[in-house]
Amino acid sequence: MAESWLDFERPIIELERKIEELKSLDENGALKEEISKLENKASKLREDVYKNLNRWQKVQLARHLKRPYISDYIELMFDNFVELHGDRNFGDDLAIIAGIAKLDGKSVVIVGHEKGRNTKEKIRRNFGMPHPEGYRKALRVMQLAAKFKKPILTFVDTPGAYPGVGAEERGQSEAIARNLREISMLPVPIVVSITGEGGSGGALAIAIGDKILMQEHSIYSVISPEGCASILWRDSSKAPEAAEALKLTAQDLMGFGVIDEIVSEPAGGAHRDSKDAAERLKRAILNSLNELTTLPKEELVRKRIEKFLKMGVYENR
Amino acid sequence: MFWFKKKKTYGLEPQQKKELPDGVWLKCERCGDILYRKELERNLWVCGKCGYHFRIGCKKYIEILSDDGKFEELDGELSSKDPMNFPQYVQKLKNSQKKTGLKEGVLIGDATIGGHKVVFALTDFGFIGGSMGSVVGEKVTRAIQRAKQEKVPLVILTASGGGARMQEGILSLMQMAKTSAHLAELAKAGIPYITILTHPTMAGVMASFASLGDIIIAEPGALLGFTGPRVIQQTIGEELPDGFQRSEFLLKHGMVDIIAERKNLRKTLVSVLDFFEEKK
Repeated sequence: MAESWLDFERPIIELERKIEELKSLDENGALKEEISKLENKASKLREDVYKNLNRWQKVQLARHLKRPYISDYIELMFDNFVELHGDRNFGDDLAIIAGIAKLDGKSVVIVGHEKGRNTKEKIRRNFGMPHPEGYRKALRVMQLAAKFKKPILTFVDTPGAYPGVGAEERGQSEAIARNLREISMLPVPIVVSITGEGGSGGALAIAIGDKILMQEHSIYSVISPEGCASILWRDSSKAPEAAEALKLTAQDLMGFGVIDEIVSEPAGGAHRDSKDAAERLKRAILNSLNELTTLPKEELVRKRIEKFLKMGVYENR
Repeated sequence: MFWFKKKKTYGLEPQQKKELPDGVWLKCERCGDILYRKELERNLWVCGKCGYHFRIGCKKYIEILSDDGKFEELDGELSSKDPMNFPQYVQKLKNSQKKTGLKEGVLIGDATIGGHKVVFALTDFGFIGGSMGSVVGEKVTRAIQRAKQEKVPLVILTASGGGARMQEGILSLMQMAKTSAHLAELAKAGIPYITILTHPTMAGVMASFASLGDIIIAEPGALLGFTGPRVIQQTIGEELPDGFQRSEFLLKHGMVDIIAERKNLRKTLVSVLDFFEEKK
């Protein structure tokens, strides 16, 4: 498989490889001191690089080709997953995975975007860009959860809703709008995890919930940095500047009160240790669920609507 | 390959540059016909030859639709801040205010239409593309709350090609959630909600409150959709079908209830309101 490390990751990866190499050569322990020196250096380098990521670097991490996707998390976090297909109306959109599973022995419903790992998978999954039938499948399965009083967990990772002729013909706007309205009223706990790219309305359509969690290196934005740059400066290569202007990192969003919690990732990002990333995310999800399941359903819905009501900045003059 | 390729007629064809053009004689943006201003005004800014609907701004719609053109504005003092410290935003707001005479991209208020008391909200394309930032989201939400509280129908007319306002970043995206969640409460309360979609209504506005009307009325030829036609064309690398994302296209695909020409808009709206509120 082709190397897919980012520029700012490379020095770390190289150092780590060198350490591995030395370890494999070091049969009698003579290089022990050298190795530990390099290990210290590597950990310091990791810390330096990841503590000071700019927003564009965060975007790149959020889109990292090795970043865990919902299919990975399903495997790492849940038991007895059964995928449910189709919107009962037009088709089955593979850009969204939906299904039922057990989380620590409790029944849950899962919905999330899937980008697909290799080229063939990416095409099959349409790069995680849903058509209306994907959103309608998501809603159908979430309504199933509501009917049988099971909590809903969503995983958000998409460049956006698919911009195509068929998508428009079948009502991309209507599908998203309907989800926003209907999901806001579902009388069961909903925990949303933004795990990679939160691409505008295409992300929001499954990101209405009681707790919005964001992984440390994920992003969530009203428009892609490339799209924003082409509108602002008629030049999509200015995406790094646009990323700064859009303030789209988990840390930014926490500051705006749009999300509830930042979930830490293993050193170097979720893709460096997906098992560890899944464990941390699972813990955060369980904590949220424990908190939410104590609320009566009327209060749950009322609080959810109030939560979004508070969002926005304006003045009275 | 195709010797007789059809001339393309899709897309953003009539690009109306100004809100309403000046001068005694005007040229139709679509068919190029020369029109006499007075005549055009009498015709509610619709070309007598080809039926092209000029964009007219929210105040003209109030004149056309509400009884005696009356409208009691609410929450007019709400104005935008620049929470992201976004490039050129403050200037853009100032320019839009000057150009439109509006403080923000939406007006909300009380009106009477065909004898029915309603809460009426109108977005204006002239104000940063009629896009929804915190103020538009908040005012639309207040309009929804008021309709629920007063138990009167809610009518929202949109001209929001700009969707969710980029300059307020994620906060604009959240307005989609905010308005839609409140529409859920309105629906639960059994209050009628009517949307009138005018040229253009796209993206974040189309994918939230604009698409959620119990009854959806569109003006002819309006560009309505999620993704703009240029972006779609760049993505798929093919020509788009004729009339793509126009009102008639949406009607054909089952996305709007009615297309009403501007001269029939009031009559249509009143019929719909009469259905919901039967006279005793």
